[in-house]
Amino acid sequence: MTTATTSVPATGERSTPAGDDVSPRVSTVDGIRQSFTLAWRTVVQVRHNPWELGDFSIQPIMFVLLFTFMFGGAIAGDWQDYLTFMLPGMIVMNMLFVTLYVGQGLNTDLTKGVFDRLRSLPIARWAPLAGRILADQVKQIWSILLVLAVGMVLGFRPDNGVLGVLGAVALLLTFALAFSWTSVVVGILARDPERVQIYGMTILFPLTFVSNVFVPVDTLPSWLEPVVDANPVSTIADAVRGLLLTGAETGPILQTLIGAAVILAIFAPLSVWAFKRKL
Amino acid sequence: MSTASDIAIQAEGLVKRFGETTALAGVDLQIPTGTVLGVLGPNGAGKTTAVRVLSTLLKPDAGRATVGGYDVVRHAHQVRQLIGLTGQYAAVDESLTGTENLLLIGRLLGMQRAEARQRAKELLADFDLTDAAGRAAGTYSGGMRRRLDLAASLVGRPRMLYLDEPTTGLDPRARNELWGVIRSLVSRGVTVLLTTQYLEEADELADTIVVIDHGKIIASGTPDELKTMTGTRTLAVQPQDPIHLSQVTSTVRELTGNEPEVDNTLVTAAVADPAVLPAVVRRLDDAGVVVTELTLRSSSLDEVFLSLTGGPAGNDNDTTSTERIPA
Repeated sequence: MTTATTSVPATGERSTPAGDDVSPRVSTVDGIRQSFTLAWRTVVQVRHNPWELGDFSIQPIMFVLLFTFMFGGAIAGDWQDYLTFMLPGMIVMNMLFVTLYVGQGLNTDLTKGVFDRLRSLPIARWAPLAGRILADQVKQIWSILLVLAVGMVLGFRPDNGVLGVLGAVALLLTFALAFSWTSVVVGILARDPERVQIYGMTILFPLTFVSNVFVPVDTLPSWLEPVVDANPVSTIADAVRGLLLTGAETGPILQTLIGAAVILAIFAPLSVWAFKRKL
Repeated sequence: MSTASDIAIQAEGLVKRFGETTALAGVDLQIPTGTVLGVLGPNGAGKTTAVRVLSTLLKPDAGRATVGGYDVVRHAHQVRQLIGLTGQYAAVDESLTGTENLLLIGRLLGMQRAEARQRAKELLADFDLTDAAGRAAGTYSGGMRRRLDLAASLVGRPRMLYLDEPTTGLDPRARNELWGVIRSLVSRGVTVLLTTQYLEEADELADTIVVIDHGKIIASGTPDELKTMTGTRTLAVQPQDPIHLSQVTSTVRELTGNEPEVDNTLVTAAVADPAVLPAVVRRLDDAGVVVTELTLRSSSLDEVFLSLTGGPAGNDNDTTSTERIPA
C-alpha cells in the first residue's frame, strides 16, 4: 500500500492552478526553447549591425598578418614555416578573446535593465545565460573559420583533411563553451561593458603569450618552460595543431577536455555565486 | 479576511537590507484588484526595492508578500505569469527594432510566431509606435522608449502591472501621453502599482497613495484624505478692482487670524476652520467688494509631502544604494 503525501499550504495561498492558466514550473524543453529564442536575439543584433562582425574580424586578420610577416622570419627563419606553426595557436587565442563577448553582452543586459525584464518573465532561470552563451557560439564559428581562411589564403594547408578541421572546430567550441563561464563571472562583477573588455584583455594577453602559441618552448628560459607547459592554452594549441596538421593526438585532446571540465566546475558555480551577490 | 480575488497584491512586514542600509523596514501594502496604488517617496526611500521584491527579483529578508494569491518567494514562477514590470530605466534592447523587442518577449512567453507577431503589431499600434516599428529602439526618443518598454511588459496580458517611476525624465507632453495610456489600462481592469516622486502623478493616477520614506510607510489614504490630513486649507480671494486690495487683505487677516500673502491682486492665507469661507463672503458682500475669485482649497500634495517627510519633495540628497542611478 502506498501513502500519498500532499503538501497543503498553511495559509490560504495557492501553489497550483486554481481556475486560471498558471503553470507551476518551466519544463526543461521550454527552457531550451527559450534559450534559443534569446540566442536568436544576438544573431539579429549582428544582422542589424554587420559592422559588429567587422569589429571582431579586423583584429584577428591583423594579428595573423603581423605575426606572419613581422615576426615569422625572426622566429622561424621563414614566414611560411612560421604560419604553419603559429596559425593553430592563433585560432585558439582568438577563440579565447571571442568569449569576452559573452561577458560584455551580459554586462550590457545587466546595466541596461534588460536582465531584470527577462528575470521577471516566467522563463527558466538559466535561459538568459544559456541563450547568451549559445549565441556567442555563432560568433565563435565565424571567427575560427575566418582565421583559418586568412591563413589558407597566405598558404596554410590543413594537411589532416576535412575531418581534422571539423574535429578542431568541435574541440574549440567545446572549450569555448566552458571558458565562456569565466567571461560570465567577469561580466557580472564588472561595473560596465568597457571594463569587461579591459579585465578580459589583462588576463587573456599574458595567458596566450605565456604559452607555446607563438614561440617554440625550447627557446624559453628553463624556469619558464614548466609554466608554459602547464598553461591550458598550450595544451589546446597542441591539440588543434595535431587535428589540423599532423593527425589527432589523444593526449592533448583529452587534456583539453579535462581542462574544459575543470574550468566549468569552478566557474559555473562561481558565476551563480556572483549572481546571487549582485542581485 | 479578504479573499485572493479582491486583493491582488498584499505585503506584510517586508524587510530588505543591503549591508548597512535598510531599504525596507517593515512595509505593509494591500492593493485591491483593479485599482492603482501610488507609492510616493523621495529617491532612496525604498520604492524600487519594494517593486523588486513584489516582482520576484529580490527576496525579502523578512515578511511575506502574495501576488494573485501566490507567494512571491515560494511560488515566484506563478507570480511571474501574472505580472508585467516596467522598470525605472526603459529595459529595451537598443539594437533590436520595436517589433523585434516585442516578438522576443512573445516568443519567450511561449506564443507561436504568428501569434507573437500579431500581438506585437497590436501593441505597437496601441502605443502609437507603428511608424517606428521597423527602427532600432536605440534611435527612439525617451518617450517612445518608455512606451515600447511599457508595451513589452504588456505582451503577456498581465493582470498586475508594476510601473517603477514610469515618467521620470520625460518631458511634460510625453508624460501626459503615458498617463493616458496608464489610465486606459486601468479601465481594462489591470491592477497597478505605481511608484513616483511626482505628487502630481500620484494625484492624477492613483486610487490610494502610500507615502514611503526611509523604508517605512509614513502615511496612506486617498489623495483627498492625504490632502486633508495636515488639517490646514488655503483661502484665496481676488478683488475685481485693485482699489479693494487693502480692504480684502485686512478682512482676510481678521477672519483667519493669519497674515495673508499678497501675490499681485490675489490674497491667500492658511485657514484652520472651514466656516471662515461664508464669513468672508458676508463681510465682503456687505462692504460691496466684488471678487473674481474666492476659493477654499485643500493643501496641495506638495504641502502634505513636505509636512510628512520633513523635507521638500523629490529630495535628492537622500540617495542610498537602493535606487540605481543611470550611468
